Amino acid sequence: MSMIKVTVIDREGKAHELDAPTDMNMNMMELCKAVELPVEGTCGGMAMCASCHMYIESEHELAEMSEDEENMLDQAFFVEDNSRLGCQIHLKAEFDGLKVRLAEAGD
Amino acid sequence: MKRFNFALNYSTMIETDILIIGAGPCGLFTVFEAGLLKLKCHLIDALPLAGGQLTEIYPKKPIYDIPGFPEVMAGDLIDELMKQAAPFKPGFTLGERAETIEKTDDDHFILTTNRGTKHKAPVIMIAGGLGCFEPRKPPISNLSEFEDKGVEYIIKDPKIYKDKKVVISGGGDSALDWAIYLADDLAKEVSLVHRRQSFRGHPDSVQKVIDMSNDGRINLLTDSEVIGVNGNDSLQSLTIKAKVEGEIIKEADHWVPLFGLTPKLGPLADWGLNLEKNAIEVDTVDYSTNVPGIYAIGDINTYAGKLKLILCGFHEGTIAVQSAFKRIYPDKNLVLKYTTVNGVQGF
Repeated sequence: MSMIKVTVIDREGKAHELDAPTDMNMNMMELCKAVELPVEGTCGGMAMCASCHMYIESEHELAEMSEDEENMLDQAFFVEDNSRLGCQIHLKAEFDGLKVRLAEAGD
Repeated sequence: MKRFNFALNYSTMIETDILIIGAGPCGLFTVFEAGLLKLKCHLIDALPLAGGQLTEIYPKKPIYDIPGFPEVMAGDLIDELMKQAAPFKPGFTLGERAETIEKTDDDHFILTTNRGTKHKAPVIMIAGGLGCFEPRKPPISNLSEFEDKGVEYIIKDPKIYKDKKVVISGGGDSALDWAIYLADDLAKEVSLVHRRQSFRGHPDSVQKVIDMSNDGRINLLTDSEVIGVNGNDSLQSLTIKAKVEGEIIKEADHWVPLFGLTPKLGPLADWGLNLEKNAIEVDTVDYSTNVPGIYAIGDINTYAGKLKLILCGFHEGTIAVQSAFKRIYPDKNLVLKYTTVNGVQGF
């Protein structure tokens, strides 16, 4: 199994360093859920809710936003320039060292 | 996709064997399984159409894990489930939210919707999926104090905005369309506040808003967000934070934030059911809840090993109606019959 390290900062500011597999077709929302971080992933990963809204705090270059993701973030709250939906960040080797911060839960 | 719309208005009590809350895939398939046991079902859904998430969120997306269907569009699956349920003539109360339940002396439930429609049944099957879809509310702490006192999440009656100062927030079609509508000789002043410069609505509507802004008929505030609501008894002004200008106070009689819908457990949360993280705890023997006569199936329930899959919901509904039958007819024996042998005998 190929693994990378990613850091997730929770809503209380605590950093969680996680081992993330890159060969299981997982995304950041699923990774957070797997370790019971408070990410709901209500829509199941279709970029149709904003419950996995997170900020990218490292310099990694992510895939461009799809129209669905852009539309969803448009309706979300606490959105910043580095906002993304975790379900749209698919874990791969290049993301070793990725650091994200969970956005406030909002509604 | 075919649309099923049952706009029925009942003034009397609707009576049935199983009252299903949620007309998504699990609720619809339960109608079929209940029908095989000669139990009649009535479905209630807050959305105006049957199908739940599949119709509301992803009708054009494919599903690959329905046994026997290597690939099926969500909307098509709902159409087929409606066909499968049709012989058992389910009733529908659509566009109404299941609000309260009360117990009767004869061990039945009376369920009343937010519009006052009453339903009576010995069994309630909650197949509510993610809950009911409600407007997404901006995270402003004192917002609830102004709800229906100047803050509205849905425009029901445009006439109330006549000669008023109205602020609309959002970047989608509903925000654009209402801004255009209200600015056309109805409201005294219309402002459209949007967090970005670009709008994701229909290009024609976007152009219309820009034109009306240039004519001074819509006050367009982009790169801006409403961050505060102010007033005494009713809304008087909004605090708007703009990227460049900073915070401004804008007088407003009404604020209509239009940020789409989000699912909420809603009134079910107050029915005395055991909950765990917004899901209803059930016994996997028959998917019954802690309240005798109320079952929960599909995405809304939780138990050890729960998987939120449509196919698991189908199983849960099938098992649950067997238990429901025994509750309704304690003295009757139930023998499993195969549809291949007996066919489907509708009502």
